Amino acid sequence: MKISFTINGNATSVDVDDGDTPLLWIIRDVLDLKGTKFGCGKAACGACTILVDGDAVRCCSYAAKFAEGKSITTIEGLGTRENPHPVQQAWMDEVVPQCGYCQPGFMMATAALLEKNPNPTDEDIDNNIINVCRCATYYRMRKAIHRAADLTEAQPVKQAKQ
Amino acid sequence: MRANLIFAAVTLTLTAAVLLSSYAANQPTANPSETSTADQGDSNFDKMMQVLTHKRCTNCHPSDGIPKQGEDSHSHYFGIQRGKDNHGFAATQCKTCHQTENSEFSGVPGAPEWSLAPDSMRWEGLSRIEIAKSILDPQRNGDKTPDEIMHHLTEHPLVLWAWDPGVNANGDPRQPPPVPKDEYITAVKTWFQEGAVIPEK
Repeated sequence: MKISFTINGNATSVDVDDGDTPLLWIIRDVLDLKGTKFGCGKAACGACTILVDGDAVRCCSYAAKFAEGKSITTIEGLGTRENPHPVQQAWMDEVVPQCGYCQPGFMMATAALLEKNPNPTDEDIDNNIINVCRCATYYRMRKAIHRAADLTEAQPVKQAKQ
Repeated sequence: MRANLIFAAVTLTLTAAVLLSSYAANQPTANPSETSTADQGDSNFDKMMQVLTHKRCTNCHPSDGIPKQGEDSHSHYFGIQRGKDNHGFAATQCKTCHQTENSEFSGVPGAPEWSLAPDSMRWEGLSRIEIAKSILDPQRNGDKTPDEIMHHLTEHPLVLWAWDPGVNANGDPRQPPPVPKDEYITAVKTWFQEGAVIPEK
C-alpha cells in the first residue's frame, strides 16, 4: 500500500504492507526521524505527539493510511537551530528538560495549543497539555508555555520548512 | 505457628476467591446473544433500551460532561471533558487519540464522528423512560423528527460501533451490547413504526 503525504514540508511516499501500521513506526523506522518518541503505545502518555494538518495527534495510535494527503509536522520540522520555534526557544530559556525523552511530545502539543489559543491560562494549559513526564518537569513546562506565548506574540511563528 | 499457617491459608483462599469473582465480573460476555434478557422484557422497547442503557452507549452520553471509559464506566483518564463543542478542549480533542476506526495496536477505540453526545442528550443515570422521552423531545434531540432519530439509531456508524468496539488497552475485547445488532435494528424500526409508544413503567 502506497501512502503519500507531506512531512516537515517535504512531499514523501512510503510503501507499507499494512495500512493500519501506526504512523509512529513509519516516522521513526522508515523516514528515520527519531525525534518523535515511543512511550506507552496506548495514546496515553503523549510522547509520540505530532501535528497532522496543524492538530495534535498521538501517532502511536494513528494508522499510517490516515496520513494520505495530510501535512505532518514532527519536532524536526517545528523549527531549526538557527530559527527555533518559539516553543523550542522557550524550552531552552526555561531549561525545561531533565531526561528529555518526553519533551518533543510536550513541545508539539504546546505548539498545537498556541496555534488555537495564543494566550493560554493555567487552566487552559491544565486542560490541553496532558502528556506525561516521569521527571515531573511540569512546573518548568508551565513557565515555558507562558514564555512561548509571549515569544509568539512578539514574533509570529515562522514555520521552518513550509 | 500452626494457627498462623491455617489463618494464612484461609486468608489466601478468600483473597483468591474475591479476586477471581472480581475478575469474572469484569470479563466481557462471550456471546451477546447468550445474555439473559428474560428479566428485562422482550418487547421492542425493551430490546432497544437494553442497548441504549448499555455502557457502550452511555459512556459517551454523560450527565456531568465527563466521558466515561471501560466496562466499569470510570471517568475518562487525563481529565478529559466535553469542551465547547463536545470534542474536548481546543488542542486536545477526541481526535488527538480517537480516529475513525479502532486501533488494534493501541486499543484506542475509534469510529466516524467520534464525539460526546450533546449535553441535552445526557443519559447517564436516567431511567429507560426518561431516555426515551429525551430522544423524542425536539428540544433535546437537536430538533429531529422521530424518523430522523430512527435513522440515527439504526444507521449512524458511531452508534453501530457498539457492536464492533475493538479491544481495550490490554488487548481484551470490549463488551458489545446484550442484544445482537440486527435484532436491535429491527426492534428500533418496529418501535418507531408502531408509534414510538413509551411504556408507563
